[in-house]
Amino acid sequence: MTQQSASLTPPLRRTPLFERHVAAGARMVEFAGWEMPIQYEGILAEARAVRSSAGIFDVSHMGRFEITGADAAAFLSRVLTREVAGMRNQRARYTLICNQAGGIIDDTIVYRRGVEQFLLVPNAANASEVLGWLVRWREEWGQDVEFNVVTRETALIALQGPNAEAILQPNCAVDLSNFPAFRSVEAPVFGVQAVVGRTGYTGEDGFEMVLPAEAAPDVWNRLADAGATPCGLGARDVLRLEAGLLLHGSDMDATVTPLEAGLDRFVSWDTGEFIGLAAMQQMQGAGLSRVLVGFHLLERGIPRHGNDILDGETVVGSVTSGTHSPTLDMGIGLGYVAMGAPEPGTRLKIDIRGRRVEAEVASIPFYSRRR
Amino acid sequence: MHPEDRRYSREHEWARDEGDGTVLVGITDYAQEHLGDIVFLELPPVGTQLDRNQKFGEVESVKSVSDIFSPVSGEVVAVNDVVVDSPEMVNEDPHGSGWLVRLRPSQPSEMDELMSAADYESMLESLE
Repeated sequence: MTQQSASLTPPLRRTPLFERHVAAGARMVEFAGWEMPIQYEGILAEARAVRSSAGIFDVSHMGRFEITGADAAAFLSRVLTREVAGMRNQRARYTLICNQAGGIIDDTIVYRRGVEQFLLVPNAANASEVLGWLVRWREEWGQDVEFNVVTRETALIALQGPNAEAILQPNCAVDLSNFPAFRSVEAPVFGVQAVVGRTGYTGEDGFEMVLPAEAAPDVWNRLADAGATPCGLGARDVLRLEAGLLLHGSDMDATVTPLEAGLDRFVSWDTGEFIGLAAMQQMQGAGLSRVLVGFHLLERGIPRHGNDILDGETVVGSVTSGTHSPTLDMGIGLGYVAMGAPEPGTRLKIDIRGRRVEAEVASIPFYSRRR
Repeated sequence: MHPEDRRYSREHEWARDEGDGTVLVGITDYAQEHLGDIVFLELPPVGTQLDRNQKFGEVESVKSVSDIFSPVSGEVVAVNDVVVDSPEMVNEDPHGSGWLVRLRPSQPSEMDELMSAADYESMLESLE
């Protein structure tokens, strides 16, 4: 038996919860320069726990930048694809950072904490590039805005699943029954001051909490004691793909635009001016040569990143993410295709290491929770 | 942890002489543990002739795909349909009901060239 791909390269960064993961017997792997848990009990069991009850994820490897200053809102409105000047306090937004060609440098969540105070959460693999990008444009525009990287002194814990509110409410002063999606608040959680957002990356209800690093292990333990299942990045990847959420570096990168990635709803077309808008408008007029589609397999098998996508005998694209969906019990995936904008139900074939497997275009998300 | 009634390959397959001219083949407990949740298996049809160390199938977990190699030369005389339908059986009982194929070895002496359980576990320790 030989694994077809593997990677492990030191030296690696560790989150404030590293000791907790190792003590719990999690399998640790390298991810974006960090030593992270890929699984505890098993990816499928963890994914099931999040769909049916609740799970906790250590996502402290993601960046956390405090962005402050008189020009902070104006600055971010020019850097992010969604304007934030009109964003109310205690709100969170999913947004993209694009280059001048409209290519996606990263996808992030921005939290508004005050008139001149924001928190930006970039992906771990892109954090340093994003910081460099922000600094570059601040110098270019000469704006009054400060960046304070708090990744090291904080932790980020995601609590996700239908029982998330029930688990958090007894330990959080805010009335969570009146705290809708993409709301954020600064409030004590288990007695520790935290930024709490009703956000996530699993397709379930839930919260993401930025906490002081030293308090994170205790909060983690107490969430687990309250019934949340510790989950690794393996389950997180399965859950986000079932929910049709893209992963930067796999499903999008600086060579594709929000239009091609199907993320145009996260672009403020009509308000303001931001980097990449002109290129996107031009592309919108000219039409798209490829678009991201979701698909599921009609036969047994698991699509993987890099597999060819065929329309009949013609290769029309390649898979960017694929997995076995435990919730749907079928192979699912995302990929870019050059064949117009195929409707759900359109037949495709996926070349899985030489075996051509029948598939069809599916609507994204593959899985939606009951509300 | 790895039973002594069978032999082991460097690629983490086991082969057990059934005493009836056939050999049962599967993957080791270490292998299933390392792979994580197995969700898909591709195995050869009955009648396939395999050389020693020839790839004869794939075992796919949620996160990775691995090739499986034949520990000895021979003909596939049976395939475990139960694990094809329920791949999690390989995680649950890799050395028992999670076996993969039954071979009729063409070179029975090849079994002697595989590792004992003790040697296999020594090899695993060197991998840690």
